[in-house]
Amino acid sequence: MPQVSLTRRISTHESQSVTLLLIAVALSYLVLFLGLPLYAVFYQALSKGWKLYWEALKEPDALSAIKLTLLTAAIAVPANLVFGVAAAWAIAKFEFKGKSALITLIDLPFAVSPVVSGLIYVLLFGAQGWFGPWLQAHDIKLIFAVPGIVLATIFVTFPFIARELIPLMQAQGKEEEEAAISLGASGWQTFWRVTLPNIKWGLLYGVILCNARAMGEFGAVSVVSGHIRGMTNTMPLHVEILYNEYNFVAAFSVASLLALLALVTLVIKSLVEWRAKSNGNPLH
Amino acid sequence: MPQFKAHSVLPGFNLALGYTLLYLSLIVLIPLSALFFKTATLGWGGFYDLATGDRVLASLRVTFLTSFAAALLNAFFGLMVAWVLVRYRFPGKRIVDALVDLPFALPTAVAGITLAALYAPNGWIGQYFAAHDVKVAYTPLGIVVALTFIGLPFVVRTVQPVLADVEAEVEEAAASLGAGRWDVFRRVIFPAVYPALLTGFALAFARAIGEYGSVIFIAGNMPYISEIAPLLIVAKLEQYDYAGATAIAVLMLLISFALLFAINGLQWWSSRRGAK
Repeated sequence: MPQVSLTRRISTHESQSVTLLLIAVALSYLVLFLGLPLYAVFYQALSKGWKLYWEALKEPDALSAIKLTLLTAAIAVPANLVFGVAAAWAIAKFEFKGKSALITLIDLPFAVSPVVSGLIYVLLFGAQGWFGPWLQAHDIKLIFAVPGIVLATIFVTFPFIARELIPLMQAQGKEEEEAAISLGASGWQTFWRVTLPNIKWGLLYGVILCNARAMGEFGAVSVVSGHIRGMTNTMPLHVEILYNEYNFVAAFSVASLLALLALVTLVIKSLVEWRAKSNGNPLH
Repeated sequence: MPQFKAHSVLPGFNLALGYTLLYLSLIVLIPLSALFFKTATLGWGGFYDLATGDRVLASLRVTFLTSFAAALLNAFFGLMVAWVLVRYRFPGKRIVDALVDLPFALPTAVAGITLAALYAPNGWIGQYFAAHDVKVAYTPLGIVVALTFIGLPFVVRTVQPVLADVEAEVEEAAASLGAGRWDVFRRVIFPAVYPALLTGFALAFARAIGEYGSVIFIAGNMPYISEIAPLLIVAKLEQYDYAGATAIAVLMLLISFALLFAINGLQWWSSRRGAK
């Protein structure tokens, strides 16, 4: 039968052995570089038992680091959320000159090394910086203090929400909003009742990624923090201090909280992607 | 007079754009310009001397070589992972797919201390290398490990959608004309995903160049041998050498911008090929 011989000749699949080999190599690579490190964080954290684990987390300096990390994210994420919505509204709903240049500028912080992101604020607000003398005369401390940490975190997480919303709102167009306005709705009503329900999954997606980076940022925050224990230490910086003191159990205990945050982020991210896809609005 | 903005019935343009520009200027543009003004005060000669010192050049060499090696490793294995995730079905595939983004979500310091512990001479992985007298942690090899972790998602995520879009008909046509499986991959599939692969490679490379947190724990940080450029910036800052730190920072920023420009070009090329 010609049909059979034809299908046999034009195979568009690899042989079983090649398939298995490719899967095995790819999975080994992922286990080696992702699975094993993830497992090791929790293993090391609990290597001396739960008691030491809890003690490392209950310790005042660790608690203050956790609080500072939460505070930083609580300021940086809403700030970038408001910006992201404003930028996406202007860019996606209107036609104006210089739009693509604006989009490139919004992406700029992603191209800057975290260390350089911290450095620019030191050059502005540090003791020898542009505003240094003025700040000192008015007894305001931004660098080696909490405001500097928040600023540097806002910088490194700056594009996250905007770059999620801009393509999403561009794809959705502006007909629905125009219809709402022509029916007599006010601008705010249109935004709250028409735009926001349309972008909520994209918004959540951006917020999750922004939050993960805000809580986990190390390089930029390290440059502006001054590493004052119990004062200007975020969780990642606290991990570094403990590790450099050879206090590995405590270092990995705090690190395990951050790893947990990463896992929760991945789970919510997958759920949002799945939800958006089943609603017929894929995010990418 | 050509109009700046096309007419629209929607409100809020001035407020939204005004706020966007204000926030962008305050958070990004003005702080970044501080870097260039500071450099300008050094003068061209001063900048050149600071940016081409032996230790600076050595750190840039380490940064570039390790970033390149890590991006290359990720290009090869990333293509394979993308292939397996797009083409094959196996149990736990969705979890594996979600896990690929772990390096985006895991704080770099956590990755750094964990990889250092794993690849130390007495670590779970390091002991096997130590048995063959190879040191991974605290050498440039350790930097490559950390940068490979950091860059892992980029190639997978850029290649995955393109690979999924390669039409089965084209493959069938090539196969029915007598091409073997390897020929189909080499002549049909690879040319289709090549721009995306290159984009992913460039993204991983660019990310690796600026990376700090995951590297410093595993690098050993020996000047001239395993000291990366971002670490040298921090070292100069700790000695209150703002001029020296600024010079390296500007150099790195210019390199990043050049890479960003190249990546935009690659993406444009890649989307144009996709549209054809």
